[in-house]
Amino acid sequence: MAQLIKQGNVTVDTWKTLEIGEGETPETIALPAGDVIFPLAVWLARRNEIVSCHKRIGLLLLPDDKVEEIAADLEYFVVVAVHFPKFVDGRGYSTAALLRQRYHYQGELRAVGDVLHDQLFFMQRVGFDSYALKDGKDAIHAIGKGFAPFSETYQASTDQPEPHFRRRTA
Amino acid sequence: MYKYDAIDRQLILDRVEQFRDQVRRWQAGELTDDEFRPLRLQNGLYIQRHAPMFRIAVPYGMMNSAQLRKLAHVARKYDRGYGHFTTRHNLQLNWPQLTDVPDILAELAEVDLHAIQTSGNCLRNITTDQFAGVAADEIIDPRPLAEILRQWTTFHPEFAFLPRKFKIAISGTKEDRAVTWFHDIGLHLKVVDGVTGFTVIVGGGLGRTPIRGQVVRDFLPWQHILTYCEAILRVYNRFGRRDNAYKARIKILVQALGVEEFGKLVEAEWAHGKDGPATITQAEYDRVAAHFGAPAYETITTVDAAYQAKIIADKAFARWVERNTQPHKVAGYTAVTLSLKKHGVAPGDITSDQMEVVADLADRYSFGELRISHEQNVILADVKLADLADVWRVAKAAGLATPNIGLLTSMICCPGGDFCDLANAKSIPIATAIQQRFDDLDYLFEIGEIDLNISGCMNACGHHHVGHIGVLGVDKNNDEFYQVTLGGRQGYDARLGKVIGPSFSAGEMPDVIEKIVKVYLENRHPDERFIDTFDRIGIDPFKNRVYEGRAHGKAKQKEAA
Repeated sequence: MAQLIKQGNVTVDTWKTLEIGEGETPETIALPAGDVIFPLAVWLARRNEIVSCHKRIGLLLLPDDKVEEIAADLEYFVVVAVHFPKFVDGRGYSTAALLRQRYHYQGELRAVGDVLHDQLFFMQRVGFDSYALKDGKDAIHAIGKGFAPFSETYQASTDQPEPHFRRRTA
Repeated sequence: MYKYDAIDRQLILDRVEQFRDQVRRWQAGELTDDEFRPLRLQNGLYIQRHAPMFRIAVPYGMMNSAQLRKLAHVARKYDRGYGHFTTRHNLQLNWPQLTDVPDILAELAEVDLHAIQTSGNCLRNITTDQFAGVAADEIIDPRPLAEILRQWTTFHPEFAFLPRKFKIAISGTKEDRAVTWFHDIGLHLKVVDGVTGFTVIVGGGLGRTPIRGQVVRDFLPWQHILTYCEAILRVYNRFGRRDNAYKARIKILVQALGVEEFGKLVEAEWAHGKDGPATITQAEYDRVAAHFGAPAYETITTVDAAYQAKIIADKAFARWVERNTQPHKVAGYTAVTLSLKKHGVAPGDITSDQMEVVADLADRYSFGELRISHEQNVILADVKLADLADVWRVAKAAGLATPNIGLLTSMICCPGGDFCDLANAKSIPIATAIQQRFDDLDYLFEIGEIDLNISGCMNACGHHHVGHIGVLGVDKNNDEFYQVTLGGRQGYDARLGKVIGPSFSAGEMPDVIEKIVKVYLENRHPDERFIDTFDRIGIDPFKNRVYEGRAHGKAKQKEAA
């Protein structure tokens, strides 16, 4: 089990991610009850069904998934989980930046997959606000040191929309 | 040059502590080797053949004397008393201990030096023209915008894990000295209708798939460079290939889409970021540009008589002045290139003692500053002509005054198989053997300007594709062989060399180079450089001479009419 970090604490994860097993398809897979994070393909195939029977809906985006496809649906989601298959696959950072900056997604934005201490700073900057830290990693040290290794940032991003040069007083 | 403020400095200190903690966690087993690798790479640390190789950044090639003294100290204390300047404004140490690197970084931070993003699949060091700000042919000084770009690249949150490395070069002259056509992004500063801006080139690169970049935007006003680069990087980060490291550079994406289609994606992305907060303000430009103001030049109206007399009386001095100085925009001054291409020494290598000599020369004769060129030499950019004889004497005593800049033995050369894990073949012994063959200065001057570039593998760190003569180390059944290309060139008309034919053993290489040079000398018209003769007569005469008496490799005989 990953350890879910949210607002500086390790918290209990109430969400389950629907996995499409072998022989199942997005069109035919059974939709479980409760707080469920649905893969994009299931959401696209079963949108009305999901909306009618779920009050709280989560969406899972894989690195290849295009944010543009669900840009108009964002109001339905309580959580959007962005999957990092390997921590060196940086596509999820652009996904998050687009969700927050271009499409103004306001709900929970969760990093899942190969989520490690040393990427938390970058993830927070582009707009993630919850982090499923990989199992076996020191969550306390990650919370203490991982989010703010640097005391200032040069660039504009989600967490600081003004670049440093526009915030200079002199 | 740019002086770090409290924030710039704090970020570097933060980086040292971050890396110290990363090393500690790796040693404690909390980080696996795979998890640690990208972190150490983004601090310039490779695990290499003999030891880690540690790459220190010299952003856009500018350094002050205190920084060079610190590098001398670090190389002496933590390494074997020397370093190697690379083709991308970095200093590499070949023998440090990994566990010492946090302490090395802490020492470097004392003088505002660091190793941030000198390796790894991220935004790398910005490179530019070694004569920026002083060149007589300069249109705009690229350094303020290079510094603004440096800050933008530093810990950029969205682009820390790109498909592959990403290199940006910027040039402010017509005669491009920054190899901008062969970078992931190349920027040419120019003025159009009184507006300063860039031609933006994208998708160039050397390496195993050498491609000349293409213009993605003919003119972009300077204020938009960060938002435009963000757009390019976002398209690349999302759509660049990640399934094959050899196909992951942006050049492959640009080739796959075509530059027009790629440009459309960039423009569509840029439409959102254009005029946003990352648009550079005049105030910020002025703040940074103020750091690059002209030093306190003297007004010099007459040519120094002693200097003139020495040029006439001392042939060795005159030769050095001819090869190793560059026209300067201020009368009475010149830019001096200190050659790190002494015959018998690995190209680009410099000892700690030599670094200290250079630092002293910079303090005494060049306003305390110096530059590193992509040709792996050191430049004192603001030397009075009247001081040249003194500079020459000191440089000569330190082995830094070989008068070979632009000549055959001033070659670009990567560390090669002696040090580098990637290499297929050694490169330094080839360079040394060629230098020995052409050790006669009269002959070297007689031959004139030739760029000879040597890479130990197809990753092309020695820029062999753009050498007039390029040498590439290849592996054939576990033996080291060398492939020769002719006709490559850097500059505004940059192009790739053509492969001359089957490869050669190391022992054959000095003969091969000599034959190529002989063909040139026999065929040249007065005032023709090697590359001019090559362009006029083509590759076949070179081929035929080099492969004379061999079954393979000669050009096809033209049938008699």
